Amino acid sequence: MATATFKIWRGDTEGGEYGEYQTEVSEGMVVLDAVHQIQAERAHDLAVRWNCKAGKCGSCSAEVNGMPKLMCMTRLSDINLNEPVTIQPVKAFPIIRDLVCDVSWNFRAKKKIKPFKPREADAADGTWRMAQEDVDRVQEFRKCIECFLCQDVCHVLRDHDLHEQFIGPRLFVYTAALEMHPLDEEDRTGDLAAEFGVGYCNITKCCTKVCPEDITITDNAIIPLKERVVDTHYDPIRMLVRKLRGG
Amino acid sequence: MAEYQTQEHDVVVIGAGGAGLRAAIEAASAGCSVALVCKSLLGKAHTVMAEGGVAASLANVDERDNWRVHFSDTMRGGQYLNNWRMAELHAQQAPDRVRELEKWGALFDRTKEGAILQRNFGGHRYPRLAHVGDRTGLEMIRTLQDHGIHQGIDVFMEFTVVTLLKSGDRVVGALAYDRERGYFHAFRAKSVIMATGGIGKAFRITSNSWEYTGDGHALAYDAGADLVDMEFVQFHPTGMVWPPSVRGILVTEGVRGDGGVLRNSEGRRFMFDDIPDLYKEQTADSPEEGWRYVQGDKAARRPPELLTRDHVARCIMREVKEGRGSPHGGVFLDIAWIKEKISNAEEHIKKKLPSMYHQFKKLADIDITKTPMEVGPTTHYVMGGVRVDADTQMSTVPGLFAAGECAGGLHGANRLGGNSLSDLLVFGKLAGEHAAAFAKEHGAADAPAEQIDAAIAAALVPFEVSDANAEAAYAVQHDLQDTMQDLVGIVRVENELKEAIDRLAKLRDRARKVRVDGHRQYNPGWHGALDLENMLVISEAVARSALDRTESRGAHTRNDFPGKNEACGKVNTVVRKGADGAMEVQQHPIAEMRPDLQAIIEEMK
Ligand SMILES: Cc1cc2nc3c(=O)[nH]c(=O)nc-3n(C[C@H](O)[C@H](O)[C@H](O)COP(=O)(O)OP(=O)(O)OC[C@H]3O[C@@H](n4cnc5c(N)ncnc54)[C@H](O)[C@@H]3O)c2cc1C
Ligand code: SF4
Ligand code: SF4
Ligand code: FES
Repeated sequence: MATATFKIWRGDTEGGEYGEYQTEVSEGMVVLDAVHQIQAERAHDLAVRWNCKAGKCGSCSAEVNGMPKLMCMTRLSDINLNEPVTIQPVKAFPIIRDLVCDVSWNFRAKKKIKPFKPREADAADGTWRMAQEDVDRVQEFRKCIECFLCQDVCHVLRDHDLHEQFIGPRLFVYTAALEMHPLDEEDRTGDLAAEFGVGYCNITKCCTKVCPEDITITDNAIIPLKERVVDTHYDPIRMLVRKLRGG
Repeated sequence: MAEYQTQEHDVVVIGAGGAGLRAAIEAASAGCSVALVCKSLLGKAHTVMAEGGVAASLANVDERDNWRVHFSDTMRGGQYLNNWRMAELHAQQAPDRVRELEKWGALFDRTKEGAILQRNFGGHRYPRLAHVGDRTGLEMIRTLQDHGIHQGIDVFMEFTVVTLLKSGDRVVGALAYDRERGYFHAFRAKSVIMATGGIGKAFRITSNSWEYTGDGHALAYDAGADLVDMEFVQFHPTGMVWPPSVRGILVTEGVRGDGGVLRNSEGRRFMFDDIPDLYKEQTADSPEEGWRYVQGDKAARRPPELLTRDHVARCIMREVKEGRGSPHGGVFLDIAWIKEKISNAEEHIKKKLPSMYHQFKKLADIDITKTPMEVGPTTHYVMGGVRVDADTQMSTVPGLFAAGECAGGLHGANRLGGNSLSDLLVFGKLAGEHAAAFAKEHGAADAPAEQIDAAIAAALVPFEVSDANAEAAYAVQHDLQDTMQDLVGIVRVENELKEAIDRLAKLRDRARKVRVDGHRQYNPGWHGALDLENMLVISEAVARSALDRTESRGAHTRNDFPGKNEACGKVNTVVRKGADGAMEVQQHPIAEMRPDLQAIIEEMK
């Protein structure tokens, strides 16, 4: 059986350093398995979040060799094990310890978004009729597992730290799911332009690239939201894109 | 005196899965102040992993369905050990609870007419599971979460409850530590709802996560509550078996509901070889009839792959044991074969089972639209739990309520797929309602300060172990999982159960001596050490209950008592903490079923 070396960030708010660990690698292992093995063998207090181990809960986000990934869905066989594998916490949020970050901002920011407000029921028994075609689009957004990897790569949060002015791609996906929900009657366009800062997004599509659920965040969620905003507010970047596309 | 912060609420809900969230929403809507405490981040509880669907007799796909059929299916599936009043309430209220989710924003898959679509599942006579592809749990938890955050509930994420607080006989709060900093918090409350989920982490091969250490079961037991039916642990027939690192991860029953078939190494559909009498009438007698059933032909009967989980798991074990298994010790589950029957099979599979497709592709390099999967049984669910009053969900301890997987009664000897998500909604709501009513009727009461001090001191013991050679919690947990898997698993026998009980006692000695490195901040070594005690309690409860039931029924199979025993069929097994601290096992006679419900059972036979 082969051995591989892992450099795992060990630290907290005060700072830290990489710990270097060697462990045995067996067939089919994912990065999270290696982390657990190291935890059980040696680094008993190594902090890491996980739940499902099957890409369903979005708990195990980290940066593996600099790439934002779900550790439970990243196979070691897809990584070059001749070099040490670096694992560090996501960067856009403050560290708590080791691989665990304080992602509570996402939960607070979500609360600011106006909740679902359905139209009156269609049928006397209080139910609605909706065609599958009409829910398909929103179902794409509702696949989101809140791993926050898209938040991690978005430069508006990662590099410019605009957490107060900008809710980030995950929460645009959430807003889009509400806005395009066939039953919803709330209007969130004013908030999108002002408080949620949709204008800061300059459509780099980095978020779409990392989404483990393959949600087309930029094209399907953010651009249509921008379009809604443009109807009522002036959005410079959106206007530019329109010009470039000749639209 | 130990240091801790105090929080005050009318109702404290422990656990933020479907049951806890639904309970918290209900208690808040009754005007109570509510704290919702959970070990993980919000939205990450086990409920998020549920795949196949939520059972409710909406009758959108087959108009013959109604609560009476759902009731009788649930009782038959549970081999009549179920609390029939719970089964009645559950079947009656599930449709409303599902419709309510739609009102809160859930988007289920649709029928052609635009109503909520329902799919086939094992043991359900008609297509009954409302679903969203194979990610129904995600839809459900997100809907409850996104609705819940606007109801004025105080959420405490990544807080772990270590003990319940009592004043006299009554539960009046809970003591927790927060994972992030390792501080202690005393939650004072007029009533407490336990919604902590299951115990599956006590076994080596499991579909369950680190959270499933049976905390709620064990804490309620310690507080004096009865646990019922603990011998009934569901081994789901289809978990992944290869590669080793994914062993146990669930493959949804939805695969079989959509036409997937089980084959052995000889290519034979072995499920046709053994069909229990209780289900003969309802089961297809040819592959052709089975296919017609999954295609929606109302005249056809279910294929045997959709028999109850306990039975399918045993058939798989038999094939493997008799040398007809797959290369890695499972059998084959084939959905790709439907391309012989429908033209757009590949697309159809990806649309109906997207996360299964993704899971196999990513983790096992297998394309399920082309190749059969290898599957075998995995620990999945515990039917047993805190014994509650069917109408109010209150345990045998005043002020302590329980709902969801940690409560017992609804499922009897075996749970039908899809009946858990509906259980969470129906009984989560009832627990919330009645815990709120209890809180209004009873004033606040305080646990004595010494109780809190003692609990905090106990939780900090592992830091004081100075022996540098003392082991960490991981190895003990590992050995406990082996013990349960090997000696208290799918097939049980007296001497092995006794050996398991002995080994658990030795493991308890080891657990009390484990050492923790480092400090209290986000330290999984410490968290794991504290979980051990709970795992030992529930493991002992499972082993002792299993020893007491001298028959084979539902999910409980005894090699030394192969058949069903009529006398055993009239009792539930109950465990509680005796006055001397030792575990007591008792048999509780099942109350006689109301005649109108009996008539339903007769009619549906
Ligand atoms: C892979 C998988 C697929 C499934 N598919 C289906 C399906 O299709 N249909 C179906 O009906 N059922 C299904 N089930 C079963 C069903 O999902 C679970 O039984 C159900 O979700 C349990 O819900 P719950 O609310 O009781 O607990 P959970 O959702 O597990 O929530 C438990 C909560 O308690 C908290 N908690 C635990 N201990 C403590 C503590 N000490 N202190 C504080 N908080 C604590 C946890 O953090 C969590 O928030 C599936 C299960 C699995 C694992
Ligand atoms: S497309 Fe917009 S939201 Fe996405 S990463 Fe780029 S700037 Fe951020
Ligand atoms: S949109 Fe995709 S990347 Fe972003 S949080 Fe959701 S699942 Fe993760
Ligand atoms: S552990 Fe759930 S997504 Fe990785």
